[in-house]
Amino acid sequence: MIIPRVPAQHRRLLPDRRLSGPTPWVIAILMLLTLLAAAAGVGLARSANAIGSAIAGRVTVQIVTANPVTRAEQAAALRRAAATQAFVRSARAVEQEELKATLGQWFGGAEGDDPVLQSLPLPALVDIDFVGENRAGHMAQLRALVAREAPGARIIPHAEWLGPVARLIRSLAWIAGGLVVLMTLASAAVVIMTARAALGTHYATIEMLHMIGATDQQITRLFQRRIAIDTAYGIALGSAVAALILLLIGWQWSGVTSGLAATASLGPAGWALLLALPLLAIALAALTARQTLLAALQKIL
Amino acid sequence: MVEFSGVGLRYGPDEEVLRDISFNLQPGSFYFLTGASGAGKTSLLKMLYLAQRPSRGIVRLFGEDLVNMPRHRLPGFRRRIGVVFQDFRLIPHLSARDNIALPLRIAGVSEEDLAGPVGEMLSWIGLDERADAFPPTLSGGEQQRVAIARAVIARPQLLVADEPTGNVDPDMAMRLLGLFEALNRLGTTVVVATHDIHLISRIDNAQMMRLEKGRLSDPTGALRYPPNRS
Repeated sequence: MIIPRVPAQHRRLLPDRRLSGPTPWVIAILMLLTLLAAAAGVGLARSANAIGSAIAGRVTVQIVTANPVTRAEQAAALRRAAATQAFVRSARAVEQEELKATLGQWFGGAEGDDPVLQSLPLPALVDIDFVGENRAGHMAQLRALVAREAPGARIIPHAEWLGPVARLIRSLAWIAGGLVVLMTLASAAVVIMTARAALGTHYATIEMLHMIGATDQQITRLFQRRIAIDTAYGIALGSAVAALILLLIGWQWSGVTSGLAATASLGPAGWALLLALPLLAIALAALTARQTLLAALQKIL
Repeated sequence: MVEFSGVGLRYGPDEEVLRDISFNLQPGSFYFLTGASGAGKTSLLKMLYLAQRPSRGIVRLFGEDLVNMPRHRLPGFRRRIGVVFQDFRLIPHLSARDNIALPLRIAGVSEEDLAGPVGEMLSWIGLDERADAFPPTLSGGEQQRVAIARAVIARPQLLVADEPTGNVDPDMAMRLLGLFEALNRLGTTVVVATHDIHLISRIDNAQMMRLEKGRLSDPTGALRYPPNRS
């Protein structure tokens, strides 16, 4: 039982001073930070996974032949040839208008008659997604295909330039996970200090209870219940504030629909973890208090 | 009831505060433990009420070896011993009634079953009117009576009292001694540590245990080899 049942008459053995000490407030702060770190960790991990799976099997073939007609013909031929290959899931030629729209962000608009933009020799791009995980084999087959259909074209694996970003995001997720572990340990340390302080404060009562035949279990239940309730108040407060913050961030995040940021979300498993964390924290606090108290009482005859 | 044989006690590396203590306490007897300050009375009482294990020797209580007894078995023995501390040790945030009821609650007696005995005990010590008062609001004598009531409410087989009359006037001292005597007549073995030599003469058949510099004075051997009380 996380919060042990203690008869009402026995509860009065400890004076009623709930929420008067710093413990609930410290636990509330630690719980808030734990939940925010956990949410960040889950979001970043999911984002890294989404990016990783999106870029793992994708390449862009860049055709830079000087003659624009030849360039377009090579791109079309490569797209058609790639689409028939068993190792290719999809092949798509990137429209020139799409390239100009992208470049227009730097040149002042694709629709205008900017002479620099209009005169740029834009390469022809073909995006190709592989089937399965055999990237090395697929790359060899693609090189042969490109050499035949568009000699001189460059093959750019997306993993080469987005991979470091995904790895960075994954590292941040691990750091967030490490923070969760550290703050959990800090919470346990707070509970241990609280239990020891409670034993010190009520030593005379404990000694008296021992002398009239109270068992360690009876005494431990009294203190375990008090500490579990105090920490539960702190955990509830910290969780409520964290929930508010996460809902606010989620509401703002919902406006982000593009780019890497759009891949970050908690998902059902992430929300389940965040909901479970406060309950696990209460259980951890109660068990830590119990073990601390029993160990301390063992030192008293 | 209680057997000490060759018992010694030392705290840390210092020399023994009690040396070669040997005696047998007979069931239903009344003992006064006397001695100068620092003679070791409180240390001896601590071993009697199981707050301290001896450094050497044999201690048997209710027929069982207490020196090697596992710690988890001690609460069961403590419930058979009543203790009156010199400084009362009442729990300040509990009323007089709740302090007296404490041993019964710890022993798992239900609220319905303990109401009667606690009420009787309050009448016995003359504190019916102050049952709901908290210890800090009670006089020294009233606190002492509550402490004695708490010690005897569970009808212990052994009652140990450390200077129980040290904080009360002579009249109250005699009344408290009367409480102990009444309990002794009901079969409880009583050990009272006191400085008050006048108190000792008030109890018929009481035996004296005198500690001198950590040793028990027993010139006739009556404490070590008591006559049968049959």
